[in-house]
Amino acid sequence: MSALPPSLEHGELPAPPPSDRPDQILGAELMSAASLSAPSLSARGLPTGRTREVLRALWRSKTFVIGAAIVLFWVLDAIFWPLFVPYDPEGLVSPMTLQPPSAEHLFGTDDLGRDIFSRTLAGARPTLTVAPLATAIGVAGGILVGLFTGYYRGIADDIVMRIVDALLAFPLIIIAVLVMSILGPSITNVILVIGIVFTPIVARTVRSAVLVERQREYVAAAKLLGNSDLYIMFAEILPNIMGPIAVEITIRLGYAIFTSATLSFLALGIQQPSPDWGLTISIGRVFLQTAPSEVLFPAAALATLIVGVNLIADGLRQVLEE
Amino acid sequence: MHTPAGLPDTGALGIEHLTISYLRRERVLPVLTDVSFHIEPGEAYGLVGESGCGKTTVAMAVMCYLPANARIEAGRIRLQGIDLTTAGQAQLRSLRGNRMAMVYQDAGSALNPSLTVGRQIAEVYRFHGGLDGGAAMEAAGAMLETVQIADPARMLRRYPHELSGGQQQRVMFAMALATNPDLLVLDEPTTGLDTTVEAEVLDLVSRLRSKFSASILFISHNLGIVARMCERVGVLYAGRLIEEGPSREIFSDPRHPYTLGLTRCVPNRIMRKDAHRLDPIAGSLPPLGLAVRGCVYAPRCPIARSRCREEDPPAFASGASRVSRCFYHAEVPGIPPGVEALPSARAEGAAEELLRVEDLSKRYGVGANQVVALDDVSIELEAGEILGLVGESGSGKSTLAKCVVGLLEASGGEIDFTGRRLSRLADWRKPELRRKLQMVFQNPDTTLNPSHTARRILTRAARLLSTGGSPADVDQRVAALAAAVQLRPHHLDLKPSFLSGGLKQRVAIARAFAGSPALVLCDEPTSALDVSVQATILNLLVDLQTKQRVAYLFISHDLGVVRYLADRIAVMYLGQIIEIGPAQEVFSPPHHPYTEALLSAMPTIDESQGARIKLTGTMPNPANPPSGCRFHTRCPRYLGDICREREPPWQEDHQGAGKAHRYRCHIPPADLGPAQREMISRPADNDERPGASA
Repeated sequence: MSALPPSLEHGELPAPPPSDRPDQILGAELMSAASLSAPSLSARGLPTGRTREVLRALWRSKTFVIGAAIVLFWVLDAIFWPLFVPYDPEGLVSPMTLQPPSAEHLFGTDDLGRDIFSRTLAGARPTLTVAPLATAIGVAGGILVGLFTGYYRGIADDIVMRIVDALLAFPLIIIAVLVMSILGPSITNVILVIGIVFTPIVARTVRSAVLVERQREYVAAAKLLGNSDLYIMFAEILPNIMGPIAVEITIRLGYAIFTSATLSFLALGIQQPSPDWGLTISIGRVFLQTAPSEVLFPAAALATLIVGVNLIADGLRQVLEE
Repeated sequence: MHTPAGLPDTGALGIEHLTISYLRRERVLPVLTDVSFHIEPGEAYGLVGESGCGKTTVAMAVMCYLPANARIEAGRIRLQGIDLTTAGQAQLRSLRGNRMAMVYQDAGSALNPSLTVGRQIAEVYRFHGGLDGGAAMEAAGAMLETVQIADPARMLRRYPHELSGGQQQRVMFAMALATNPDLLVLDEPTTGLDTTVEAEVLDLVSRLRSKFSASILFISHNLGIVARMCERVGVLYAGRLIEEGPSREIFSDPRHPYTLGLTRCVPNRIMRKDAHRLDPIAGSLPPLGLAVRGCVYAPRCPIARSRCREEDPPAFASGASRVSRCFYHAEVPGIPPGVEALPSARAEGAAEELLRVEDLSKRYGVGANQVVALDDVSIELEAGEILGLVGESGSGKSTLAKCVVGLLEASGGEIDFTGRRLSRLADWRKPELRRKLQMVFQNPDTTLNPSHTARRILTRAARLLSTGGSPADVDQRVAALAAAVQLRPHHLDLKPSFLSGGLKQRVAIARAFAGSPALVLCDEPTSALDVSVQATILNLLVDLQTKQRVAYLFISHDLGVVRYLADRIAVMYLGQIIEIGPAQEVFSPPHHPYTEALLSAMPTIDESQGARIKLTGTMPNPANPPSGCRFHTRCPRYLGDICREREPPWQEDHQGAGKAHRYRCHIPPADLGPAQREMISRPADNDERPGASA
C-alpha cells in the first residue's frame, strides 16, 4: 500500500477536445506553435491569421484564380475600353450592315452598320455597373433583414420569413419584370429592382448563419457584459459570418449579371443605343439565321463573365468550407 | 507473464519502431517517433497521454485508417506476424473484418443514422461471417444480448438516434465483436458518456473480456480507467512512448517525470482547496514538427540536466518488465512536489447571504410535450462560498446556471441577489447587479469571439463592467486583468484561434472578473481541458476567489474536482436538487442513493476501492418523469411502493456545525448511513453480480 501515494487515487484526465483525429491534432499543435512564436504572427496591421490563410488558399485554388482572371479582364475592359476600341461603339461606322467578321471589322457589323467588336468590348461597362451596385443593395438589405430576424427570432422573424418564402415561390425574373413594367425602364430602376429582389434571398442565408452563431457562448457572454443588441449583431456576430456572406456576394453577382441581361433582352432595362450585351442579343436575334455574329459575340462575352464570377464563387466556397 | 518490451514477439500485436509524419502545407510534421510495444494474446494494453500526443494516430495506424496526408516513415505493425504496413487493400479489408475491430469515441457519429441497428450489425455477419439475411439478423440479435442490451428483438429495428449514448456504444461493441476479432482497438470508448453510463460500459468490457479472448488496445486520457481495465500501460508524450509497464506500478510508482506529473496534477480524495494546491506540469506540449534535440520532455522536466538537452534518452529497463525513457529514472520517485506556497488565508468576512434562489422552475413546451427542466429548485449561497453542482447530463445543471445569470427566462420562482430581487432576464437587470454576476462557459473554442483579439475582448469587458474611467484607466485595468490570470502581454494581441484551450479559458475568466464580480457561475470550465491545464485553471480560480472573496456556483461532472473545490455541494437529478450540504458530508454516508452511485462510479486508480453500485437503465425522459421519487426507476435502494407513489421528504442529517446537510429520500439517515458504510467496506469482487436489486 505504501507504493500508492494518495495523489493517485483519482487519476482522471478531463475530456479532451471533442476529438483528437489526426487533422485536429495538427490544428491544435499549430495553435500552440503559433502561441509560442506569437510576436512574429501578430504583426498588427497585416491581415491576421485566418484572413491570410484564406487568401493564401485562394491563391492556390485554380478555380478561383481562373475565375478571377476572367473577371479581371472584363473589369479592366469596362474601365479602359475607350482607349483601345477601333470604332465608336454607338456610331454608324460602316455602310455595310450585317457583315461577317473581316480584317476591318473583327466581329463583323450589326444591322445598323456598327462595329460588333467595339460594341462587345464596350458592352461590359453597363453590365459591370448594374450588377455590382444591384448586388451591393441586395446584400446590404439582406444582411440587415437577416441579422435582425435571426437575432431576435420571434413573431417578426416568422412573418418576415413567410413573406420571403412567398417571394421565393415566384421565379425572380417574373417579379423583376412586373416591377420594371410598373417603374419603367432605366438603369437606376434595374439596379433597384434587382437589389430588392435579392434582399430576401441574401437575408435567408444571413439568417441561417446568425442562427448558428447566436447559440455560441461568446454571444451569451456579450449579453452578460451588457452590450447592446446592435453591438452584438454588428460587432460580435457579423464579422464571424463574413464567410457565407462572401460566397453569397459572388453567387448574387453572377445572378445580377444574368438578370440585368435578361431585363435588357426583354427591353425592360437598359435602352438603345447602349452596347449592353443583353440588349444587343435581343436586337440581333432577328438576324440570327443570316448573320449570327451580332448575337454570338455579346453572348459569348456574357457567358465568360458569368462563368468567371461563378468560378470565383466556387473557389471561395471550397476554400471557406475546408 | 509479460515478456520485456523490445524483444521480438509472437503476440497478437507488435509495433516496432513506428514513426509516422503528417504532411501539411509542404511541411513534414512527425507525430509518432520510434514507438514500439506489443500486446500479448488476451491482454489489455492501455495507451494514455494528453490530447495531441499521438494516441489516436496509433489506433488509426493499427487499423490502417491513417488519413491521406499521413506517411509511415519507418517501422512495422504486425498482427499475428502479418505486416500491416505492407498488406494490400483486399488483405486489409479481410483483416479488419475478421481479425481486428475498432470501437470509436463517438458512437453517435460512427453508426449510420439511416440504417437500423439490426441491419448494421447483420451486415458484419453477412460480409465477414458469410451468413445470409435471416441468419445474420438472428446472429445480430444474439450479439445484442451478449452486450446486454435489454429487449434485443425490438432494439434490432431501432435507428441509432433512438438509442441512448450508452446503448449506442453497446451496439458499437456488438459490431466490433461480431466476427470474434483477435484484436479490439478501443479509442476513448467512454469519453462523453456520463460517469454512471461509463461505469456500465467498462463493466461490459470486463465481462466481454472473459467471454471473448481478444487482445485489447485501450486508448484513454483517463488514468483511472486505464488502471482499472488494463494489465499493462504505455504513456505517450509528444509522439514518443516515454514509459511502459504494468499499469498498477506505472501509476503508483512512476519512473518518468511526465507520468509522475500526470498523476500529481489531479486532485485526490484528501486534497481540499484550503489546504492543498494542485501541482500542474510547467510549460506546454512542444508544437508538432519542432525539431527536438535531446529528451522531448526536458523543457518541462524538474530534474532535467544538460545531458537531457543533448542526447535522446534510450529505453531503460526501470524495473521488472518496465521501461522508461529517462536518464534519471531512478530519481523520479524522489522528485518533490512542485507545489507553490499555499494561498494566503481566505479574506474572512461575516457570513452574509449573497444569492437566494427560491422554487425556481423552467419549463419548455406546452401540454403533453412539456419538459420540466427545473422543478422548484431552491439554493442559497454566501459571499465567498463555492457551491459545487453535480449531476448527469440532462439533470438541469446548466439550465439552473443560465436562469440565475439571466440568459434563460425562468418560468417561476424568485432569485434574490445581494438582497435585491433580480429580473428574470439579464437584459432587464440593472447594470450594477449584472456586473456582479458573471459566468465562465464550458467550451473554450466558442467562449471567445473568434474575430476579436484578447485585448479587444478584455477592453470591451473592462469598459462595460467597471464604472467610468479614461481610456488609459481601461488599458491599465486590462493589463491588471491579464496579469491576474497569468496571460503574457503578447497573448493580448492574438485572436482566439492562436491561443491554446487553457489560454482561451484564462481570457474568458479575466472577462468575467472585469467588473469585480460577487458571484461567478462556472459551467464546466475545465471539462474540455487536459489535466495539467485543468490544474492551472483550478489554481487560478482558487486564487481569485481567495483574493477577491468571490462566490462560485461551480458546475462539473467531475466529482474529484468538485470535492477539491467546493465548500458545499448540490446534487441534481431530473431537474430537482436531491441532496445539498457541506462537501465532506455529501461525500460520506449517509447520502442520497444517487450520490452513492455517482461516487462509486468514479474511476479511480486506488486498489482499495469498495464494491461498486451499478445503476440500471438510463435517465428517464424529463417530459414524463417517474411518479413519487424520480430516482426510483434506477435506485439501488428501492424500498417498494412508497418510493413509486410518494414524493420523498427532505431528510436532515446533522453531523457538524455549519449549514445543514439534507437529502430527498424515504430512508432516514439512521438507516441509510450504516448500509452505505457497509457497502464501501465490502471488497470489490462482485463484478459478475448483476446490479443491486432493481
